[in-house]
Amino acid sequence: MSVEGIGARVARKEDKRFITGQGRYVDDMSVPGMKHAAFVRSPHAHARVGAINAEAARAMPGVVAVLTGAEMAADGIGNLICGWMIHSKDGSPMNMGAWPALASETVRFVGQAVAVVIAETKSQARDAAEAVEVEWEELPAVSDVLGAIAEGAPQIHPEAPGNLIYDWEIGTKDEVEKAFGEAAHVTRMDLTNNRLIPNAMEPRAALARYDAADDHFTLWTTSQNPHTARLVLSAFYNVAPEHKLRVVAPDVGGGFGSKIYIYPEEITCLWAAKKTGVPVKWTGDRSEAFLTDAHGRDHVTVAEMAFDANNRITAFKIDTIANFGAYMSLFSSAVPTYLYATLLSGQYDIPLIHCNVRAVYTNTAPVDAYRGAGRPEATFVVERMMETAARELSVSPAELRRTNFIREFPHQTPVIMLYDAGDYEASLNAALEASDYAGFAARKAEAQRRGRLRGIGISCYIEACGIAPSKAVGSLGAGVGLWESAEVRVNPVGTIEVLTGSHSHGQGHETTFAQLVASRLGVPLDNIAIVHGDTDSVQFGMGTYGSRSGAVGMSAISRAIDKVEAKAKKIAAHLLEASEGDIEIADGEVRVAGTDKKLGWHEVCLAAYTGHNLPDGMEPGLKEGAFYDPANFTFPAGAYVCEVEIDPETGHTDIVQFVAADDFGRIINPMIVEGQVHGGIAQGIGQALLEGCVYDEGGQLITATYNDYAMPRAHDLPSFRVSTTETICPSNPLGIKGCGEAGAIGSPPAVINAITDAIGNNDLSMPATPEKVWRALHAAGGGLREAAE
Amino acid sequence: MYSLSYRRASSVEEARRLFKEASDAAYLAGGHTLLPAMKQRLAAHDVLVDLGAIADMKGIGVSGDGLTIGGGVTHAEVAGSQEVKGAIPSLAALAGSIGDAQVRHRGTLGGSIANNDPAADYPAAALALAATIRTDGREIAADDFFTALYETALEEGEIVTGVSFRIPETAGYAKFRNPASRYPMAGVFVARHKDGTVRVAVTGAGNEGVFRWSEAEQALSGNFAAEALAGLSVDPDMMMGDIHGSPEYRANLVAVMARRALGSLGSAEAII
Repeated sequence: MSVEGIGARVARKEDKRFITGQGRYVDDMSVPGMKHAAFVRSPHAHARVGAINAEAARAMPGVVAVLTGAEMAADGIGNLICGWMIHSKDGSPMNMGAWPALASETVRFVGQAVAVVIAETKSQARDAAEAVEVEWEELPAVSDVLGAIAEGAPQIHPEAPGNLIYDWEIGTKDEVEKAFGEAAHVTRMDLTNNRLIPNAMEPRAALARYDAADDHFTLWTTSQNPHTARLVLSAFYNVAPEHKLRVVAPDVGGGFGSKIYIYPEEITCLWAAKKTGVPVKWTGDRSEAFLTDAHGRDHVTVAEMAFDANNRITAFKIDTIANFGAYMSLFSSAVPTYLYATLLSGQYDIPLIHCNVRAVYTNTAPVDAYRGAGRPEATFVVERMMETAARELSVSPAELRRTNFIREFPHQTPVIMLYDAGDYEASLNAALEASDYAGFAARKAEAQRRGRLRGIGISCYIEACGIAPSKAVGSLGAGVGLWESAEVRVNPVGTIEVLTGSHSHGQGHETTFAQLVASRLGVPLDNIAIVHGDTDSVQFGMGTYGSRSGAVGMSAISRAIDKVEAKAKKIAAHLLEASEGDIEIADGEVRVAGTDKKLGWHEVCLAAYTGHNLPDGMEPGLKEGAFYDPANFTFPAGAYVCEVEIDPETGHTDIVQFVAADDFGRIINPMIVEGQVHGGIAQGIGQALLEGCVYDEGGQLITATYNDYAMPRAHDLPSFRVSTTETICPSNPLGIKGCGEAGAIGSPPAVINAITDAIGNNDLSMPATPEKVWRALHAAGGGLREAAE
Repeated sequence: MYSLSYRRASSVEEARRLFKEASDAAYLAGGHTLLPAMKQRLAAHDVLVDLGAIADMKGIGVSGDGLTIGGGVTHAEVAGSQEVKGAIPSLAALAGSIGDAQVRHRGTLGGSIANNDPAADYPAAALALAATIRTDGREIAADDFFTALYETALEEGEIVTGVSFRIPETAGYAKFRNPASRYPMAGVFVARHKDGTVRVAVTGAGNEGVFRWSEAEQALSGNFAAEALAGLSVDPDMMMGDIHGSPEYRANLVAVMARRALGSLGSAEAII
């Protein structure tokens, strides 16, 4: 391992500009003549939109235009789409309601936009937006899934009778039922996966410009995947033709999935820029983020697991209802199906699984992928079930998991996935050892002497990352391929630009991607630039989500490097009059192995560009591209152990220890990987203890500010103890599995398993607020008395 | 935020004059309640009169049985003050437990008292320490000052220039924070005064704002210790309820925090 190459703890190259205030975010951008947009939004969860009177607003100072949904429809702007087709078990396609960027007939959630004001200043735009008068005819609303599928519930979209989007299943129902009939033990649980609001540090923003001379559009926006944005904006929303639209996602301050999607505001700014002839900027405020960013999770599930007399799982059945909110967001349909149900085998050899998923409309903000996307929900179900079953069967939770671990690879689960490599026991052993699991009883006794209830909980997660082979996802309904592209441009002086279709919004690609190049081509990190986020620079890209940038994005770079390396070797062999097979590239030199014959890397690069002395028939230049389509998903996995102490008088949970042992395959930069795990665990603990999006029955968002939506803070978290075990991923050239979501996926059940262990009551939902824990403790009775003695 | 005029007063008299001249002015102290409301356009004032540069509202002093703190003194200044730590250490600890470092360096005693947020910390200390609220025109006993949620005995335009706390024999504070806002969901300040009287004030929990818990005061008069509170509880019907805590839970927290305050004499305990 070199000091800069693969495996080195290189400090992040991008951090200097971030921590010195020199990052360039969309809101930092300004173009001549730029005006500001403010949206007129619905105060109602469900209402018919009547007349919109904008006369007063148009007369206000600085107002350039007030535009409505009717004008947008007249201009032929298309409705927002969901890009993954799911069919119900009866074969019918999903019931997708229309979602116009500006609603002209009906609004279906609080915050939905009906008009936009363009004005000289942001304040003037907001003032005028308040002056737009909308005649609302309020309709009955429903905000929770069970209410939405109940008899007589308000009908939200005419396309979806009973508010049911699809009723989908996977697995073999009859065989599962048969196995339950023969089971020695059945564990059954009702589980809720709480709804979350993403809260990226940077709110969404868009700056749109139309250049009439070239009939060309530019959109600077907060996107995790600018090429997808361009594709959707052109092919489906009809805002601008693809070859006349440049999308730039500059520095982006966090996404967590919420910036994958193309939202109404971005579409509206682009359309308005041409309509008004002025560049239009919109930067969402925090309230708009709470109301309109795609939310995450929100499942209600009943799960049953059957065991034989040897405590081996014989079958697993799951019935889930997923809240989609008022509209189907871009990837929403895939989240509770192919990103959730396909992971319900966990780390276990389960012969039979059946999962039914009903997707339901409600009068709430749209719900889509959020860090982990389906896999945290699956892990929560599987790992709460395992811990509960162990308690019911009176075996240790670790032992029950060991009994059921998959030990041979490749392993075909009953729910599509083909696990390629892993060693689950190694992770579990590492986590148990690091947490001194064996010494827990003594720590519990000591805590009890202090009047505290101590509990310990395990979670063994698996996830499918690096999505995925295009052919496979295409067969499952995806509207796009999920490969990645890269270009490696070597300059005549030997410096290198890598153009990647991945997008970094906190992940540190400018460092890790450069480490790969440095390892392969022997060039110092300072001579390597990573270019991303601009459709004019990068040939194409599918973007960053699903922990795919390492496994897929870097693999594409690796493939391009292969081609560069091969050409450089050919040139060097020609210049050095050696055999191509004897050429080595390392440490800034191109050498003939076993001799002192060598050239500087820069000399070979210069030769490529002068073209004075190249092998016959070779094109000049040293620049290669690649499209990489993975052979399989990757399967990061690991074991987490959480230890808590409960204050029995208040129900307050103190996480006293959190241990993570992850298997991410090959690691490029351990420091960045640790940072990803830390952030993921913080979000997972946030879900477990603090974060809970609450709508009232009428669809008003109660948790619409940080006064009510509790985000995890450093104060709430212990110092994590993270480590890794390693099985190399056989499905991509670098052996990488991905690490971006693991923490958020694996940690919530570990926390809840620990709390329920401490209080002796398994009936506890997330977020496990102090009051919920206190009430559960009271309901359990014994725990409270025991601690008080 | 709607457009407005910002004025910085250099004296109490100037502040009053600027306030009177405007049609709908507000005083700006730390701004932690006012500015977020204005930014969200939930509040609008044509003029903000900043009290932050008024020298007469600074300063901390001990005289006899009283500790006087200027209305413009920040929470961080109170928390770090040797005079406060010497006279009423639990008050310094309370100030050091408010919000975060940024809040403590902007927020002021006068602003907190005048706003009377039902979940603010200082009102509990003011009641339990039998404080006198000094304004530009008069002195008001804390018992008469806090009248209802966000309401006080202050007249229109009246300014809290300082607060004189009675130095107790001993006192303690304990609170349980709201996990989201970090304001207290229940905060209890207990004090035994040199004349033997006991005061117990509760913030964050009551549905009418800060209040004195008289049953606890009586119970503690004979025995100023946690065990004297055994079995004592507040009526849940008097408690606030929201998504973070029901009235029943807050009633429990009040009893627990009262006991914890007695276990934290000379300091403050903050949970979460």
